[in-house]
Amino acid sequence: MKELRYDPLNIVICGIGGQGNVLASEVVASTMNDLGYRVAVGETYGASQRGGSVMSHVRVSKDLDMGVLISAGEAHFIIGFEPLETLRIARQYAGPQTRIIYDPRPIYPQGVLRGTQTYPDLAALRAEIRSLGAEAHEVPAADIAMACGDSRAANIALLGAFSRLPGAPLDETALSAVLQQRFQGTVLEMNEKVFAMGCAAMDEKGR
Amino acid sequence: MEWTMTANDPGRVCLMQGNEAIVRGAVEAGINFAASYPGSPSSQILGMLGKIARERNFYAQWATNEVCALEACIGTSLANARSICIVKQNGLLCVADALHCGAQHGVKGGLVIVTSDDPSAHSSTNEFDSRFMAESADLPMLEPTNMQEAKDMVPYAFELSERLRQMVIIRLTTRVCHGRGNVTLGPLPEAPHEIQSVGEWDRMVCVSYRHTPMLETLDGLREAFEVCPFNHYTGPEHPKKLIVAGGTGCLYSQEALRRLGAAEETGVLSLATLWPLPETLIARYLADAEEVLTVEEVDPFLERNLQAIAGKNGYRIRFSGRGDGALPRIGELTPDLVLSAVSGLTGKPMPPRPKVSEEPLLERDLNFCAGCPHRATFYLLKRAMRRAKDPGIVIGDIGCYIMSGQEAGHYAYQACNCMGSGVNLAEGLGQLTAYCLKQQVVTMCGDSTFFHSILPGLVNASYHNSNMLLMVLDNSATAMTGFQPHPGTGITAMGDAVQPMQIRPVCEALGCKVTEADPFDVEKTAEILEDLLRQPGLKVLIMKQPCATLMTKSRRGKVKVWVDQDKCVGDGCGCDKFCSRVWGCPGNSWDFTKNKAAIDPVSCVGCGVCAKLCPAGAIQVEGGDAK
Repeated sequence: MKELRYDPLNIVICGIGGQGNVLASEVVASTMNDLGYRVAVGETYGASQRGGSVMSHVRVSKDLDMGVLISAGEAHFIIGFEPLETLRIARQYAGPQTRIIYDPRPIYPQGVLRGTQTYPDLAALRAEIRSLGAEAHEVPAADIAMACGDSRAANIALLGAFSRLPGAPLDETALSAVLQQRFQGTVLEMNEKVFAMGCAAMDEKGR
Repeated sequence: MEWTMTANDPGRVCLMQGNEAIVRGAVEAGINFAASYPGSPSSQILGMLGKIARERNFYAQWATNEVCALEACIGTSLANARSICIVKQNGLLCVADALHCGAQHGVKGGLVIVTSDDPSAHSSTNEFDSRFMAESADLPMLEPTNMQEAKDMVPYAFELSERLRQMVIIRLTTRVCHGRGNVTLGPLPEAPHEIQSVGEWDRMVCVSYRHTPMLETLDGLREAFEVCPFNHYTGPEHPKKLIVAGGTGCLYSQEALRRLGAAEETGVLSLATLWPLPETLIARYLADAEEVLTVEEVDPFLERNLQAIAGKNGYRIRFSGRGDGALPRIGELTPDLVLSAVSGLTGKPMPPRPKVSEEPLLERDLNFCAGCPHRATFYLLKRAMRRAKDPGIVIGDIGCYIMSGQEAGHYAYQACNCMGSGVNLAEGLGQLTAYCLKQQVVTMCGDSTFFHSILPGLVNASYHNSNMLLMVLDNSATAMTGFQPHPGTGITAMGDAVQPMQIRPVCEALGCKVTEADPFDVEKTAEILEDLLRQPGLKVLIMKQPCATLMTKSRRGKVKVWVDQDKCVGDGCGCDKFCSRVWGCPGNSWDFTKNKAAIDPVSCVGCGVCAKLCPAGAIQVEGGDAK
């Protein structure tokens, strides 16, 4: 078992119901379980899945038994599917150690479309996200997934980018092995393409 | 994952959801019978049991309601079967009579009830603490702190149930049901538990003279619970400061003590045996304590009982927890709430936190899914009621359509009580229309709720000819909880195709006048609705249109909906941005740069109803079976 950079290691995955963040947390958590780590996952969904904010907490340790929720300011990684949701979670869970990766494509709450609310200024929102952690990276995950043919694969693009972050508990090899277990045929091909593009999106930033 | 439920691989460590852990525990216990009605957060349990029932040679059923489920389990117990009944907190309240009578007559084969409480009511209308039901019915109750214990408790509970000849309740909360953690698999039995024929003199009869033996059973259990392997203690032998934790509170408390550096001097007593409480064990740790913090989900149940035990023993202790504001009176526990309470107990300062902006962020309201037929139904209902002379009375019920009470359904109803209550509230109001109440009375139910608990109310309303309209929103699904089969779907939990029950003939047999309409056929349905609102007596209107999520799963061929922005007049139209502002479907977006309507291709499911409603005819539908 590899040493973890932090123990327990805390990851928050956030977005809007239906974006695939439960699957993303389950992929990370079951892979860590298979590698022999202690794992705890807390998911918030239920009625909130219908257009509401959702989040998953994934915690990994070599030997500690952990509660399924992370304390305020204690996240090491935040994976966000939407900028407003990323900010909401970063305000609560980010600290000086937190690496944030998120899709900057806004999904408007119904109140914004109705004209009763205003979506926050995107530039200010992105700046605030950057200010809350050690680093913040934008990955156009939904655009990547739509370009590959299925918007539902945005979670796979984000996982690809996540695997490239320093201190990520899972590398590209481990995650692509999971994809091969879970998908087959053309769906597997599509997901592999999305995953590779997610990795590449992160690599370009490094250059 | 599904394979972990039946893998014959003892010792293997799997990642399991709490609900999956219960399933695995039931399989390891060799159950014969399982029954449930869906309710979040424990809906997944019976769904998974149904899928593996044939392989493991037991029977699993999505029952019509919780009462059917528990009473069937009591029946099978008479034949020595091991039976498991799964309910959520509200379901446990539904079965209260069967539970109290059953407690008095006891059981033969093991009967375990798994109940899931939903602190913070994430997927519920109310918080309820099911521990009061165990106390009220004098039934043993257990609560796990993690997924491993959730699995291990099921076979333990069955053995206990058979030894005591009494039902045993396992209490879960949302964070256990929907959480995931490592679970080490146990061995699977060669065959399910032995079913025995019922002897001529076997008895499970609720009679009042059984009350004393029932209480004696509970007294006998107290001793067993003093040494129950699921109760844990860590810390000094004679703690001055003590935390007593139930369920999720245990791990939160231990973590808080680690972070605050107070683990050495503070005791943590984690109680899995919630009823009856192991009083000797508790008294041993209370004996020298000066301050006790209780960390538990929902109500101060343990806290008050600890105070009683301390009082009985003459201990002078300062108690804190839910009861005194150290923890909030409502809502689920979080690590931060527990950290702050433990900091208060131990006097250790809270760890510093970076300052963040406190400017409020937009919240996301709950909304019907894109393409949901309920959106059209409530738009039409509200329009019809407003066109009538007075706004009328609308009564809600439990299902996805409960969201019609919010902006998503134009704040449709004035009252909503428990599941199945809508028809009865409306029936009463309908009778008042003969006594000076001059308003239309409308209520609603879904197809699953119709079978669950509307039927007796409809019999009552029909027999007494109440002046009301019942709208049955038939979307062919128990949608809110994840598409479990019900008597109208033609499929069972074990995947067998059966004759689906039709709602219309059932209503007609009860003497109701029935009309059917399609909420997507906007103009025709509007006429039907307005006509029915003018008619006296009891009317039933069945709104038939499958759930959008089901529809997109089954439909072949992609439908593309798009806005012809040359035709969309934007702000100048006079429609007041009907599609995105009034209609409110997540698929109808707005292009703020061009100030014209747009469709969000990620959300849109292609129902095409917005195209029928757009006054400029700007919304285009291509492909599929679009009309």
